[in-house]
Amino acid sequence: MASVSTSEFKNGLKFLMDGQPCSIVDNQIVQPGKGQAFNRVKFRNLITGRVLEKTFKSGEKVEAADVMDTDLQYLYTDGEFWHFMDPASFDQYQASEAAVADVQKWLIEQDMCTVTLWNGDPISVAPPKQVVLEVTETDPGLKGDTAGTGGKPATLSTGAVVQVPLFIQIGEKVICNTQTGEYISRAK
Amino acid sequence: MEVDTPMLSQYATPDRHLDSLKTAVRLPGQATMQTYYLHTSPEYPMKRLLCAGSGDIFYLGKVFRNGDLSPRHQVEFTMLEWYRLGFNMVEMMQEAAHVIQVVLGDLPIEAITYQQAFQKYANLANIHNATAADCRACLRAFNIPEVVGVEADDKALWEQLVLTEVIEPQLGLERITCLSHYPARDAALAQISTENPQEALRFEVFVQGMELANGYQELQDGEITHQRFQQSLQQRQADGVESVPLDERLLAGLTEASLPACSGVALGVDRLFHLALGANQLSEVMPFSIENA
Repeated sequence: MASVSTSEFKNGLKFLMDGQPCSIVDNQIVQPGKGQAFNRVKFRNLITGRVLEKTFKSGEKVEAADVMDTDLQYLYTDGEFWHFMDPASFDQYQASEAAVADVQKWLIEQDMCTVTLWNGDPISVAPPKQVVLEVTETDPGLKGDTAGTGGKPATLSTGAVVQVPLFIQIGEKVICNTQTGEYISRAK
Repeated sequence: MEVDTPMLSQYATPDRHLDSLKTAVRLPGQATMQTYYLHTSPEYPMKRLLCAGSGDIFYLGKVFRNGDLSPRHQVEFTMLEWYRLGFNMVEMMQEAAHVIQVVLGDLPIEAITYQQAFQKYANLANIHNATAADCRACLRAFNIPEVVGVEADDKALWEQLVLTEVIEPQLGLERITCLSHYPARDAALAQISTENPQEALRFEVFVQGMELANGYQELQDGEITHQRFQQSLQQRQADGVESVPLDERLLAGLTEASLPACSGVALGVDRLFHLALGANQLSEVMPFSIENA
């Protein structure tokens, strides 16, 4: 596996730290002028999602990680694995529960997701920024209410629970932001 | 007197941690392109002028440092460097702080020695006698992120990390802090203290944890200057860093007529504006940063 020197560090660079793939989120050179330079690095462990910080002596090397983001279509889950497919090659990938833990509730069959592969296996999944889901459960609201004057919880078809305006009824479709987990609007 | 020194020189600073940009120059009569370096500071030609009897001089202009790019660094930046005949380090420090006050307003001025700073801001009573393990324990005590690539017993480097990671961020908060008496190994071209040979008459000025200026009570002796240059070259060789041609014209100038007793300081002008304008990074106060050049 190729090694990468601190001089090549930049945001988004993928490398191995303690055997796990990580991605650099911030890299700052500490250049005292009169002494050894260092790189102050913040990086995200791509498996746990945790952001860690380490200071590397400039010139140190780390092992590059074979990590790539790829656009795959979500097919289905069998309860144990979540299955994705490359629509061009029809190659299929199965993601473990750990890889989809945070985003399960936003996965809709046929939707295109950005899947991060490490050595060919999915380690994390990013759903589309916005998804359309049907409301399966919510309290009946009052007529004449408009968005922005309070709200109520609604359960969506994937199990996600979001705050929606009072006028939203069971069976209606709503657009949600998957990053903030917030209701955006009623879907037409 | 304002002086104009060359940016391009056939010589470069041997300083182990400064990387001069170099370029190939075509000159009549030369079959091959000649290597010339862009200056990292106007120090050497200014010292030649001082040797020639210029008296007090200043330079305001661009300098270059290869590889330096961060929110606080730019490869090309503006430096104000000046020399004062007959000034000792303390007088030079005060003048540098006063120049900073002109731009940043009447901030209080604080003077603290390197050793005092380790005591006050890092709880290390005597840094000159402290061990590498003491420095590592200090970094842990201040919750500094793990350091990768430093030998456990490399005391000088762990000491540097305590300075940059623990102490510097605490310097110059709502004030101008002059940190002086750096260890003799960091003397560069500063005199060694006659009172304590472990200390160099070198200072830096900090505001809001950022180094603004770096000054010396200047080494006058040509022979010692030559020795320091040789040490830097040896350090480069030991670390596998490319060597550079030493400034023989400076060395000759210092040997013929030694440098008059003086102190000098170099101040980062962009950093001063960065603080004055409350910017987040240097490039915000530069019309053309390297990302936009």
